[in-house]
Amino acid sequence: MIAEAERIFTRLGVDLDPRRPAQGLSIADQQIIEIAKAISLDAHLLIMDEPTAALSGVEVERLFAVARSLRDEGRGIVFISHRFDEIFDLCDTITVMRDGAYVGTTPTDQTTNDELVTMMVGREVTELYPKIPAEIGETVLEVEGLTAAGVFSDVSFTVRAGEIVGLAGLVGAGRSEIARAVFGVDPYDAGTVRMHGRSVGKHSPTAAINAGMALVPEDRRQQGLVVESSVARNIGAAIRSRLARLGLISAASENRAAGPWASRLQVKTSALSMNAATMSGGNQQKVAIAKWLATDPKLLIIDEPTRGIDVGTKSEVHRLLSQLAGEGMAILMISSELPEVLGMADRVLVISEGRISAELSREEATAEKVMHAATARHEAIREEAVA
Amino acid sequence: MTTTTPAPAAAESVQLGERRRRYANYHRPWWFRAFITTEFLIIALLALVWLWATVSVENFSGPLTVRYLLLDIAPLMMIALPMTLVIITGQIDLSVASIMGLSSVLVGIFHVEWGLSIPVAGALAILVGVLCGGLNGFLVAYVKLPSLAVTIGTMALFRGIAVGLLGTTALTDFDPEWTSLATSSLGESRVPAVVVPVVVLIAVFAVLLHFTPFGRGLYDIGHNEEAARFSGVNVARSQMTTFILSGAVSALAGIFYTLRFGNSRGDNATGLELEVIAAVLLGGVLIFGGRGALHGVIAGVLLIGVISSALRLEGVTVNVINIIIGVLLIASVMAPQIVSGLQRWRPGKEKR
Repeated sequence: MIAEAERIFTRLGVDLDPRRPAQGLSIADQQIIEIAKAISLDAHLLIMDEPTAALSGVEVERLFAVARSLRDEGRGIVFISHRFDEIFDLCDTITVMRDGAYVGTTPTDQTTNDELVTMMVGREVTELYPKIPAEIGETVLEVEGLTAAGVFSDVSFTVRAGEIVGLAGLVGAGRSEIARAVFGVDPYDAGTVRMHGRSVGKHSPTAAINAGMALVPEDRRQQGLVVESSVARNIGAAIRSRLARLGLISAASENRAAGPWASRLQVKTSALSMNAATMSGGNQQKVAIAKWLATDPKLLIIDEPTRGIDVGTKSEVHRLLSQLAGEGMAILMISSELPEVLGMADRVLVISEGRISAELSREEATAEKVMHAATARHEAIREEAVA
Repeated sequence: MTTTTPAPAAAESVQLGERRRRYANYHRPWWFRAFITTEFLIIALLALVWLWATVSVENFSGPLTVRYLLLDIAPLMMIALPMTLVIITGQIDLSVASIMGLSSVLVGIFHVEWGLSIPVAGALAILVGVLCGGLNGFLVAYVKLPSLAVTIGTMALFRGIAVGLLGTTALTDFDPEWTSLATSSLGESRVPAVVVPVVVLIAVFAVLLHFTPFGRGLYDIGHNEEAARFSGVNVARSQMTTFILSGAVSALAGIFYTLRFGNSRGDNATGLELEVIAAVLLGGVLIFGGRGALHGVIAGVLLIGVISSALRLEGVTVNVINIIIGVLLIASVMAPQIVSGLQRWRPGKEKR
């Protein structure tokens, strides 16, 4: 077995001791071992899903060298990546997927960056978004130099009253993590978060709620709601201390608080005592939004507001966000759907690999610009800045 | 904290759709919510067993039986209350009986050897109980260790300290005024006076669990810790609190136990933690956390007390009683599934 491993390592041109444990190896070497494993199984087709995500430049080169030599031996490689430079560097043909569907395939030497972006963006932004222009007021949220090592770094932005700020970028770019840090669910290493000029205690959702923040998280079943609890308890969950009188809370007070919110958002349920678990995704999302609107927030952070919900509810949520902004609420909306970002946001911040790579006004923002900024690598951004 | 119902200001006029809807508060009629529950099943079982014992067990209905029954289950009842809170958050505290033993030893040393009065000695013992619970809570809530492992460890640790302090000796020279108070009765009746503090404790814990934001948070933590955190529930502090309550009440139960038998020993109350947990689970509290109610737990404790007492009068040995309670416990862990099946059953509608 060891001899076999040595044979494969030599073939791959890597210098590793087959006897040592894989733990403690660099990520690149671990990737190489994964590949060696695939070769030992005599795989003819190798699928690599974002293999370079955790690698440095030199390590990427090593990985690519191995990949090329495998190709030259006649094995097929499917290389999944967001990074254009790597795709153009390594691949012979490029296939674009969007929203889980096949868009097109083209030989690498017959296409350009811009053509790919157009394919990735695809549909024209013709869907109707009910964005009504709102009067933009004073600054509500100020985030300065927010950094969490290895997740995101030096993130600064503001959100003003009546403004919808879209946080765009690819999945895994660090958008949700930024939102969680701002809201205090996750800790951060450096930077400040201020609401109405006053700094908000870090790593404390309670402090964030008291400062007027609300976060409708990405995963409503795991984070947004306690689905085993009733609609009334869920809607009342973030305002319990306000519902309590002399420290005591009653089911009646929860029902009184929950009823109007369920009605405003047209939650479909036979009674407030129904568990959220049995509801449709759209209905659950309405309950999650109701829970946070009940806190009377000044800033609503909403992560993937329409993921996994039906078209009807989707447009209801868009209408709702627009209404809320119209009434002076500051809204930070994270979305992976470009049309949603472009249709709803007054301003778009594009996050790439944990940093803000572009800030675009509603007029400036086009699908192409957002997608370019989202796929940018920092080296490239920095070079541009220098040049 | 304000006393007014929050008036949503910014989002006041938000309204999707034309019609305003009024929702029913409950989707089940009151009798369904009251009777088709795990708790009611246990209460009904308790009533049946009581009836059977009264009719067919000689001497069960006599006043002395009730008196000893209540004296016997008092520590069980006390500790079952904070244990319910702990289990509802999805944790467990196996160290309660060891804290009782430690508290028994300490109150003996403070009172008999150092000459402190019972209230002072008792207060110090409860303080130690708080510290013991605090240690459990710290390791579970802040160091994030599994409570099963932590409290198995502290179960041995606290018991070890208790036995180490007194060795095999027992302190028995307690102030007779206090030992007789521990077994005294209410007025002319045969109901022991300890029922009063136990009822007060029940009331406090019932309010804490069912009518405070803290209690609501415990259920959230048991169901889904992450969602609780996102809602602003202070998960670590809540867990810490439940373990401290558990330590304090266990110490209190240890003091009662010591005074009742006039006897301070390191091995007092050994094994009681299993009886407490059995009673809590029998009362319909879900071992995985998130569901349970205090009236069910009270019925669970009484059920264990009545069965033990009735069978003992029948001359059944302790081993057989333990077998019966074990079988009941397993049945009770299965009961929620049967009840939830019943609750989901809708006449005339197809099953989901």
